[in-house]
Amino acid sequence: MDELAGKAWKFGDNISTDHIAPGRFFHLRTNLPELAKHVLEDADTEFASKVSVGDFVVGGRNFGLGSSREHAPQIIKLAGVGAVLAKSVARIFFRNAINVGLPVLVCDTDKIDDGDQLEVDLENGIVFDRSKDIKLEFAPLPPAMVKILADGGLVEHFKKHGGLAIG
Amino acid sequence: MGLTLAEKILSAAARQDARSNEIVIVDVDVIAVQDGTGPLAIEKAKELGGKLAKPDKTILFIDHAAPSPRAELSNAHKEMRAYAKTSGAVLSDINQGIIHQRLIESFVSPMDVVVGADSHTCMSGALGAFATGMGSTDIAIAMVSGKTWLRVPESYRINIHGQFQPGVYAKDFIIYLIGMIGADGATYKALEFGGEAVSNMSLPERLTLANMSVEAGAKAGLFASDEKTRKFLESVGRADDWCEVKPDADGTYEKDYEIDLGAIGPMLAAPHTVDNSLKVIDAGGTKVDQVFIGSCTNGRIEDLRIAAGILKGRKVSSGTRLIVTPASRKVYMQASKEGLLADLVDAGATITAPGCGVCVGVHGGVLGDNEICLATSNRNFKGRMGNPKASVYLASPATAAASALTGQISDPRKIGA
Ligand code: SF4
Repeated sequence: MDELAGKAWKFGDNISTDHIAPGRFFHLRTNLPELAKHVLEDADTEFASKVSVGDFVVGGRNFGLGSSREHAPQIIKLAGVGAVLAKSVARIFFRNAINVGLPVLVCDTDKIDDGDQLEVDLENGIVFDRSKDIKLEFAPLPPAMVKILADGGLVEHFKKHGGLAIG
Repeated sequence: MGLTLAEKILSAAARQDARSNEIVIVDVDVIAVQDGTGPLAIEKAKELGGKLAKPDKTILFIDHAAPSPRAELSNAHKEMRAYAKTSGAVLSDINQGIIHQRLIESFVSPMDVVVGADSHTCMSGALGAFATGMGSTDIAIAMVSGKTWLRVPESYRINIHGQFQPGVYAKDFIIYLIGMIGADGATYKALEFGGEAVSNMSLPERLTLANMSVEAGAKAGLFASDEKTRKFLESVGRADDWCEVKPDADGTYEKDYEIDLGAIGPMLAAPHTVDNSLKVIDAGGTKVDQVFIGSCTNGRIEDLRIAAGILKGRKVSSGTRLIVTPASRKVYMQASKEGLLADLVDAGATITAPGCGVCVGVHGGVLGDNEICLATSNRNFKGRMGNPKASVYLASPATAAASALTGQISDPRKIGA
């Protein structure tokens, strides 16, 4: 699954894990499909009902800041989102996303508008904005994360190598 | 070339020279989860084979929804209690308090590597430990293997000088600092606090700074372990756990900051980001519907003493609710012994059980539409206290108490003790 294609859903800077998986749905953390119905609700109340499989969440600076709740990237993935694109990403969210197999790509998302048709070539690090006919390069993932993503997430990585095989 | 605090602790834990930007696999000493992240971590740990590498150092905290306000959460708690029995992990149940306060009281020692499925795990850095937050899957790996992988962070050295003006506290300083460097200003970095003002700083003040380091994006907020650290450990009955930890004089820092505490006044983080900092005097007069004093940032005995000192013999403004949550059972008992709870209740406060409920918007103090809360916690994101239509300002316990008294955001220096 190296080629991804879908529509851009544009969000601003500082989208926190409270926007993505609000604390008032704390009781749904053990019921991810239900929690996913509220994904990003505090940034866009209708996002969960509008997003289609393969679409992209496109954020600004510091995407995913805040709590360590892994439920945040998990429900973005469960909603069918192919990848998160952002200008920069908060540390714990980044690590969590890779661990659960959700690609997170750092690129100049100012060039992308809401609704643009995007294609992502994960292997070569390129985002094509078909609506604008432009190409954006994204920074390669750190090698440790490439390995985890390629193994299908951290749990699979651990099982495959019988431990952590990073570094 | 010398080592920063982060490099020093991680080199020991990796049993190799661990320099900034290197990826290392380290032994972890303390592993923590809470009731929001724990069930998922337990599920993954079971999937990985289940047996815990360090059961007596794996702690399951039931604090975010304590006591449980809903059946779904009660069921998650049941699962955690059952898992503690079968796995041998330590359970910290609803009567014990907030994860990070409990960690520093009973579990973390200087030089430890601490990983927790909670972003404010960085608070334990105040004891000279390398402590950082991760997600449930990373924690599950640490639970079963006793190890984690880390990129050794570059460090920013925050040199602090001078003294606080009366009425100004560590909370004001950290809000000021985050405003200066930004909510992503230290992403992937460690903040290492030092300078002569830090040597004079009490442990509770250091804890508040380490706690909020993550609000600048940092992986860790670190302090040397010194005489003050030893005294603190002694006060919680763990004198033997102390050792000295300090960075080398010739360590390499990516940035250096010099800050004079005397130049800082009472501060606020205005809605809806922590780096939206503002002087209290510039927001004076904003009406507050609720004041919350508590959380892992500022729910300690020292914080309750400050609040009670301002509120004793006075009354909370009639249009404002004051909710006070001691950070742990220990804090609760001490506040009770000192008569602080009686003073606060007499002033009109509602005291809740030690825990996270109010801070994280699960229960206990959920805001109404368009309401404004002034809180001593660490986050003011939209929806944080349970309602995306409400607003949260962050401030020190002194500013919180002064504001509860007047019903509007108020400078504690103007209230008088
Ligand atoms: S008090 Fe608030 S910030 Fe601290 S651990 Fe609990 S929910 Fe998190």
